[in-house]
Amino acid sequence: MIASIAALLVLQLVGTIIIRLTGLPLPGPVLGMLILFVFLLWRGTTPAPFEATTRGLLRNLALLFVPAGVGIITHLHAVAEQWVALSITIMASGALAIVVTGFVLHWLMPAAERDTDEA
Amino acid sequence: MHSITQIWVYLAEQPLLWLTVTVGVYWLCQQLYRAGGEFPLLNPVLISVTILVVLLAATGTPYQEYFDGAQFISFLLGPATVALAVPLAGEAATLKRLWLPITVALTVGSLTAILSALGIGWMLGLKGQMLLSMLPKSVTTPIAMGISDQIGGIPSLTAVFVILTGIAGAAIGIPLLQSLGLRDPVAKGFALGVGSHGIGTARAFEHSDKAGAFSGLAMGLNGALTAILVPLIVWLFGL
Repeated sequence: MIASIAALLVLQLVGTIIIRLTGLPLPGPVLGMLILFVFLLWRGTTPAPFEATTRGLLRNLALLFVPAGVGIITHLHAVAEQWVALSITIMASGALAIVVTGFVLHWLMPAAERDTDEA
Repeated sequence: MHSITQIWVYLAEQPLLWLTVTVGVYWLCQQLYRAGGEFPLLNPVLISVTILVVLLAATGTPYQEYFDGAQFISFLLGPATVALAVPLAGEAATLKRLWLPITVALTVGSLTAILSALGIGWMLGLKGQMLLSMLPKSVTTPIAMGISDQIGGIPSLTAVFVILTGIAGAAIGIPLLQSLGLRDPVAKGFALGVGSHGIGTARAFEHSDKAGAFSGLAMGLNGALTAILVPLIVWLFGL
């Protein structure tokens, strides 16, 4: 587990350094993800302990957004003043983006690829 | 009474207090969500944030003091983002077959997210920095804040819109797509990642590993594309 965490941190660090040096419009961890993706494709398989550690982390991904979400407290006044317009914009635009993306991908997918078994 | 005050003063200075409260509240909200049959409005991020905001307000704790403790949780977002490569590598074969549909869906979806925020927000009377801060709402916080800064928005306000968009998408995305008859885990996951970034991806992983893998991919790709599209759209519309 320690080796897996060390590997994730090293990749994040490498991604961050490359972005600092090149000025790419991406956060370091996203570049770290791309580097790891290419490495895993080249390697062919993912080591089982690494798979287990990353799975545990990703299963609880939602928790990691809570502290940033609480940051709404610093903008309560601005948000409260226009809360109707803001919430309609966020809900409608968010729903539209999800529906459009989902159906464009669904329609363009070869019929044989579509998996309908899942609940 | 005196000693309780002393303990509180001591604990309030430690990162331990708000770190523990955040994890504890989230755990309780997760139990509630499961007990409530995963009802969308019981989304654990939504309820946790609400409870924590009330707790901070009730105890008069400044956000910065809260974040000094809770930042250890936020920090894990970096390694977790790197970890998204693992499920994605497992789906490499599907990715290779579907690269063209994925590219088109990403482009159309990304434009929909930005232009609908602009159009709907403008019609409802959002103006100036409020409207600008809304445009990058569908991408992951660090990218969105960078874009907001670049186009003259307020980065910390953008962070709030990003989290709210994520919560909304995570809550309504899957029920909405399924009620419209879309059942494929790749399309559902990818749509959640484009529309509601990491929080949507977290929800997609609860749904299935396959949906989660494509949601993580969508989140990364849409972050990069939005960073290019938003400044271009701001320039085109003369905002």
